[in-house]
Amino acid sequence: MSGDRTRSTRAVTSSELLSVVAARELAGRRTVFAGIGLPTLATELARLTVAPGIEVVYESGVCGAHPSHLPETIADAVLITGAEAVVSMATLFGSVLQGGHIDVGFLGAAQIDRWGSLNTSVIGEWESPSVRLPGSGGAVEVMANAREVFVVMRRHTPRSFADVLDFCTTPGPDRALADGIRPLGAGVTRVITELGVLARAGVGDELRLVAVHPGVSVEQVRAATGWELKTAGRLATTAPPTSAELRLLRDDVDPNRVYLR
Amino acid sequence: MERTAGAGRGAGKVLSMREAVAAFVHDGDTVSLEGFTHLIPTAAGHEIIRQGRRDLTVVRMTADIVVDQMLAAGCVTRLVSSFVGNSSAGSLGELRRRIEHADPEPLVFEEYSHYGMVCRYLAGAQRLPFYPLRSYAGSDLPSVNPGIRKVTSPYPAADGSTEDIYVVPPVHPDVTFIHAQRADRRGNTQIWGLTGVQAEAVYAAEKAVVVVEELVADEVIRADPNRTLVPAHAVDAVVLCPRGAHPSFAQGYYDRDNAFYRAWSAISKDPARLRGWLEEWVYGTADHAAYVAKLGEEFWAGLAVGEAPSGSVDYGRRL
Repeated sequence: MSGDRTRSTRAVTSSELLSVVAARELAGRRTVFAGIGLPTLATELARLTVAPGIEVVYESGVCGAHPSHLPETIADAVLITGAEAVVSMATLFGSVLQGGHIDVGFLGAAQIDRWGSLNTSVIGEWESPSVRLPGSGGAVEVMANAREVFVVMRRHTPRSFADVLDFCTTPGPDRALADGIRPLGAGVTRVITELGVLARAGVGDELRLVAVHPGVSVEQVRAATGWELKTAGRLATTAPPTSAELRLLRDDVDPNRVYLR
Repeated sequence: MERTAGAGRGAGKVLSMREAVAAFVHDGDTVSLEGFTHLIPTAAGHEIIRQGRRDLTVVRMTADIVVDQMLAAGCVTRLVSSFVGNSSAGSLGELRRRIEHADPEPLVFEEYSHYGMVCRYLAGAQRLPFYPLRSYAGSDLPSVNPGIRKVTSPYPAADGSTEDIYVVPPVHPDVTFIHAQRADRRGNTQIWGLTGVQAEAVYAAEKAVVVVEELVADEVIRADPNRTLVPAHAVDAVVLCPRGAHPSFAQGYYDRDNAFYRAWSAISKDPARLRGWLEEWVYGTADHAAYVAKLGEEFWAGLAVGEAPSGSVDYGRRL
């Protein structure tokens, strides 16, 4: 169809690129703890491509949602009607997350450091912040208990990729270890940004640049990062979204462009 | 055999919202309002504002619009919470002014994570001195919240080593308010959809008030006992208050008012506009029925939902 052709050949937006890259990273993963927005697009696209059996668990307690419409929030009524299960907060955080049933947790943050620790509490001093942010929600629990964590950051700036966090709300496993407690998961293993992809393997490893998006230089990413960013031995360039990925994202996953801003 | 209502918890539990707030909320109290994005007891918060309560400690996992309104009305001096934002729709203007600029007065904030809050309710409900959780290791939260402490497990870990773990203290609200779809007159409360932390918050409290969309006959409840999340013995008052969870939603009754969530960021950003909103919608309405009427039938039609009845199960009966 000429309409489809127009859609799939339209210039790729930043949201589309981030969704496609995140979806590819979900290959082989089974259970994902995700919020609404880019993670929704990534997991739905992954379901249609690299991870057909993927199950999303929402922070509201919904497991195995089959929504009739794209949900606007994690508590959208369309996630509940027709879902496979809805559990209480005690079961969700206690048994599902802390019980070790989540492969990948998606988190966002105002600041991230090279060890994958996150700040979602304050900019400035905690006691008298210049900006009060929403706080942890369940992020502390997701980081402590999911096998690994993916972080999606729309903006890649030295302030958000901080040498030192203003406040550590959600510690990565290296900080947990320094506090004398053995971490259960690997912490942040992927950070997907507007410029490229950063990765780390687990405890003792810092985030390194593993891929730049088409048209982005290593120097550009380094300049946008608040610490001395190391680069992987084999630096990749992100393969641009395929026409099949774009068609699925634009026509099937989010035809009304609720999240594809 | 029919069990008759006892003298204490049982008789005369059905109150108006005005009576329930007057009876169970006092200046200086610790008040829990629970409902995780679903069934938020907004109407209860509004009546607390109308009655001018002061110096409250509010306990709520997701401190959102209703908390911002209670802050703006000067009801709250201390907040215990794990998320202080306007859902994903933006900021809470009054909360940010209070914390960032102590404007018009400071707010004491006890910051937790979601499971930390759940564990505080569990410890409170179960009369435990603390509750352990595998969170907070390496976090800065314990340094600003002395309630979060580290202990050594009395038992060896699987590999025989000593194990440290963080704990949180119980919370015992003077009163917990929850909103629910329906209850009988004695307070047997049925909730479906997102069930959040409501049952734990009720059991943790000294007193509990259940606000419902519908009061139903005993037979309706007893036809499906597994759907009763909160039994009557834990409930001190039942308030009938249809649409009392607006702008949040009640599964099967009305949908979430997403437009209002988006609008709140702008309303709350301007203190004068926020005061005007409170004057018009809270102080200017005698009760929640007036608030509902003021919104108008056309508005409510926009939040109407279609039917999707549950399948039914067979509890069986002895022949």
